[in-house]
Amino acid sequence: MPADQGPCPMDPGQMEATLQRLAQDLLAHVQPQEEVVLLGIRSRGLPLAERLATRLRASSGARVPVGALDITLYRDDLTEMVGSPIVRPTEIPFTLKDRTVVLVDDVLYTGRTVRAALDALLDHGRPHRVLLLVMADRGGRELPIQADFVGLKVEVPKGHRVAVRLTEIDGVDGVCVEAC
Amino acid sequence: MPGIRYLFPHKHLLGIQPLSPQDITALLDQAAAFEEVCERPDIKIVPALRKKLVVNLFFENSTRTRNSFEIAEKRLSAEIINFDADTSSLNKGETLVDTAMNLEAMHPDLIVMRHSAPGAHQLLARHMKASIVNAGDGAHEHPTQALLDAYTLRKRFGKLEGLRVAIVGDIRNSRVVRSNLWLLTKMGAKVTLVGPPTLVPQDLKATWPGIEISYDFDAVIPQQDAIMMLRAQFERGTGAYIPGQGEYSRFFQLNAERLRRAKPTVAVLHPGPINRGLEITSEVADGPHNLILDQVTNGVPVRMAVLYLLSNQHGEQVP
Repeated sequence: MPADQGPCPMDPGQMEATLQRLAQDLLAHVQPQEEVVLLGIRSRGLPLAERLATRLRASSGARVPVGALDITLYRDDLTEMVGSPIVRPTEIPFTLKDRTVVLVDDVLYTGRTVRAALDALLDHGRPHRVLLLVMADRGGRELPIQADFVGLKVEVPKGHRVAVRLTEIDGVDGVCVEAC
Repeated sequence: MPGIRYLFPHKHLLGIQPLSPQDITALLDQAAAFEEVCERPDIKIVPALRKKLVVNLFFENSTRTRNSFEIAEKRLSAEIINFDADTSSLNKGETLVDTAMNLEAMHPDLIVMRHSAPGAHQLLARHMKASIVNAGDGAHEHPTQALLDAYTLRKRFGKLEGLRVAIVGDIRNSRVVRSNLWLLTKMGAKVTLVGPPTLVPQDLKATWPGIEISYDFDAVIPQQDAIMMLRAQFERGTGAYIPGQGEYSRFFQLNAERLRRAKPTVAVLHPGPINRGLEITSEVADGPHNLILDQVTNGVPVRMAVLYLLSNQHGEQVP
């Protein structure tokens, strides 16, 4: 474990339980006639969305398609950056028209990523409604954006960040607070 | 992957020659992301270059390259100015540097230029703050054409390394060839240049020692994964090097009979515009092996990738 690592408020077992709870909350929230699709924001929103979809399919029997959203081209600071960040493909092989879209991301902080994601997804069609689900909410919003489903609220000291780790990308599950 | 942030290290795209294999792969990967934008059912526009001004500066005629760039710029939400040599003060004797200084006063972010002189782009790059994209310079380089050819080949075959590609026709007068030679050899493809001795300069082997040169199209056809036909450019003087068009077609035209001896999976490319019945027959140009219109389609996302990667200010700059 790196020396600058702070506390880890979520271990692998707790993440499993949290995903299960989030899936149940989501099912309780939507009407039976709504067609739910998940859009994972790259990179860590995507495996989270896939895991949620597996649980939703098992509980409801619905298809629950999963898409991947890369928000790079919609960032509000894109033209001010030094160098152009590499864009990975957005993959939405289904319609968003009249669907209930659940945006999935790992951490909610300023809200700027979600703002960009809303712009990006609206270019793909007009959904019935859009919900936001995040694994960790660390406060510090700079835009009027809130999540509908939150895995964990995390207090973060100055100079620190929240790291959501996922087996698919990081080799291990968990939520930790670490120095920037 | 995580932790390592690749930044495209070039300010300009003057040619393929200065690019590393990693740069080329990054450009092609980016093009794949922009292809998704181009294939969306409704809104094929992203706000990536929203505050950027792009000048299209064409000193030579070009319909398809210029249209392709303009579509790419529009899909990136850039502001666009089209500057035609015909309508500018160039006819009144203004020099290229004067033109550049005047353009500089408009603070463009990117300049897409076609000019017949190979050094024109470097000259502009020295006098301007904007990033310069070479849209073709004489018989020297045409980097975005080579990139879209490579993108088309990679999409079809999954890789470039080890691919056998024959480039056939007027090698001498083609800028497409030089950019393609740089790109394909850097990426590990095996290139054979084919044409009459007068149109295939032997000294190309000094620059690209790994390539092969053949004057016998029929002999090399069966080994190729892809055949890239070049336009016989009679407006650029191809005619001065060959006895006649009939003779040229007899030995170097890609027709159905020749294609029968190729691999069943062979891909046929052509940078356009095609001379039907001269270097390629309609049967082949419109046939199942052709990727000619895929090349045109792929030109837009490839040019979007180029403009996007050059559009931001750079930390450490490599010319």
